[in-house]
Amino acid sequence: MTDKQIAQFKNRVAVVAAWIVACLFFFPIFWMVLTSFKTELQAIAVPPKLFFEPTLENFTLIQDRTDYTKFAWNSIVTSVGGTLLAMLIAIPSAYAMAFNPGRWTKDILMWMLSTKMLPAVGVLMPIYILSQKLGLLDTKGVLVIIYALINLPIIMLILFNYFREIPKEILEASRMDGTSTYNEITQIVMPLAWGGIASTALLSIVLCWNEAFWSINLTASDAGTLPALVASFSSPEGLFWAKLSAVSTLACAPIVVFGWLCQKQLVQGLTFGAVK
Amino acid sequence: MNPTLVRWLQAPSIIVLFLWMIVPLSMTVYFSTIRYNLLYPERSGFIGLSNYEYFWTDPSFLPALLNTLILVGSVLAISVVLGLAVSILIDRPFKGRGLVRVMLISPFFIMPTVSALIWKNMMMNPIYGLFAVVSHLFGAEPIDWLSQFPLLSVIIIVSWQWTPFAILIFMTSLQSQDQEQKEAATLDGAGFWAQFWNLTLPHLARPISIVLLIQMIFHLSIFAEIYVTTGGGPGVQSTNLTYLIFTQALQGFDIGVASAGGVFAIILANIVAIFLVRAVGKTLTV
Repeated sequence: MTDKQIAQFKNRVAVVAAWIVACLFFFPIFWMVLTSFKTELQAIAVPPKLFFEPTLENFTLIQDRTDYTKFAWNSIVTSVGGTLLAMLIAIPSAYAMAFNPGRWTKDILMWMLSTKMLPAVGVLMPIYILSQKLGLLDTKGVLVIIYALINLPIIMLILFNYFREIPKEILEASRMDGTSTYNEITQIVMPLAWGGIASTALLSIVLCWNEAFWSINLTASDAGTLPALVASFSSPEGLFWAKLSAVSTLACAPIVVFGWLCQKQLVQGLTFGAVK
Repeated sequence: MNPTLVRWLQAPSIIVLFLWMIVPLSMTVYFSTIRYNLLYPERSGFIGLSNYEYFWTDPSFLPALLNTLILVGSVLAISVVLGLAVSILIDRPFKGRGLVRVMLISPFFIMPTVSALIWKNMMMNPIYGLFAVVSHLFGAEPIDWLSQFPLLSVIIIVSWQWTPFAILIFMTSLQSQDQEQKEAATLDGAGFWAQFWNLTLPHLARPISIVLLIQMIFHLSIFAEIYVTTGGGPGVQSTNLTYLIFTQALQGFDIGVASAGGVFAIILANIVAIFLVRAVGKTLTV
């Protein structure tokens, strides 16, 4: 074989290996989706069934037994609500910092980032007691507030980076023409920053949606979100694998798709802008 | 914009984050120095460092600390090594690469309670789980993963979730690698390992350190994966610090001791955080 053939062969082996690894990583998810279309008996069959007559009964049953839509609604309200609240606070701040940086801007951003490092369990007791005293335990409101606060630092940092990328010359030119601050924001900055803002919001929704610690600890039956609903399946009372799979598939599908769509922002957001 | 407006726009984010940091933090520190048990509300008062002493001398403390270190260390090692290997493997043009990427990073988007329960039931269950089926195929006795190797099981689950994160970051970073440099190296006869050590690894040095630090922050506070699988057991074999504090607070109702543990967790996380904030600060241009 010539060198070129050897290189080609090696490349082919690498591609096959890549597919095998990808299938292994994806397998548990594939299996979960498959199980959600089985009956409970098929789900625990030994040997496991790969081919069977699919049923949709799990998806209708989980609604009757667990009130799935309530938990889904709680998840939607808390993750969208938390994201909106955080964006409302972050957009003006990040805007001001990016276009009028001061001596302390960098230190402020670094300090904000450091609040993200506070381990949740370190402040569990005060937050639990405060929300109990304020009557917020097991309400969507407390999760909205907490989700907004825990994502605010990341949102600030990404938005700051986005606003920084808008060329200052455009703004200076418009200021020379006498554009007001309001028009500057609505007509020049927002159209340019819109994509960045939308994908930051998407990332924040993904993070809120999967958040389990606060949801499990601060909510019960009224304001529980999907991670808490799934956690309730861990009780040893029964082996409802098919129903568990159906709930899990429904709970994860939207966010996995979201995740695929905002991969790039995810990298920036999760590494606090340090890897682009 | 005039300076006053700039200050007004910045104020909300700074104020809410300052409150979010300082209020719970000072309450935790305060609780950690008083007698505060929800079951015995009549006992109260300042007791100095007794809560800390109680937390440190608790027979579960040392195992929990050790479990935390083993958990964080092994997941870091597995995810970074595997993440490097996989991201280099797919760093070449081929048909279906987009699909392979999506399949590889998907586990990261699955919510922690779901991934833990998939593994607990459908993979690791000693009777119906796929692992048991596979070991029967080879004529071996199936292993009851969660009770025989509880900590290892949690490590496997968390690694499955977080290796995709490392792959995602390394993959993104490899795309910015200088391809001409690599081609020149190939023409000069540099083999795979020579290129890996001299070109790829230095290029990935920053992303690797960032991945290590971020994962450390998240892994120090792993909770849901333990909560739905082993519940910290058997005994305290898979209890980490977060879970130990959780059991003391919401199951033992001892707010004082749990707060002392919380302060300990905060200090531990801050040691890591200092390095992370510095690493990120280097890339931020103001």
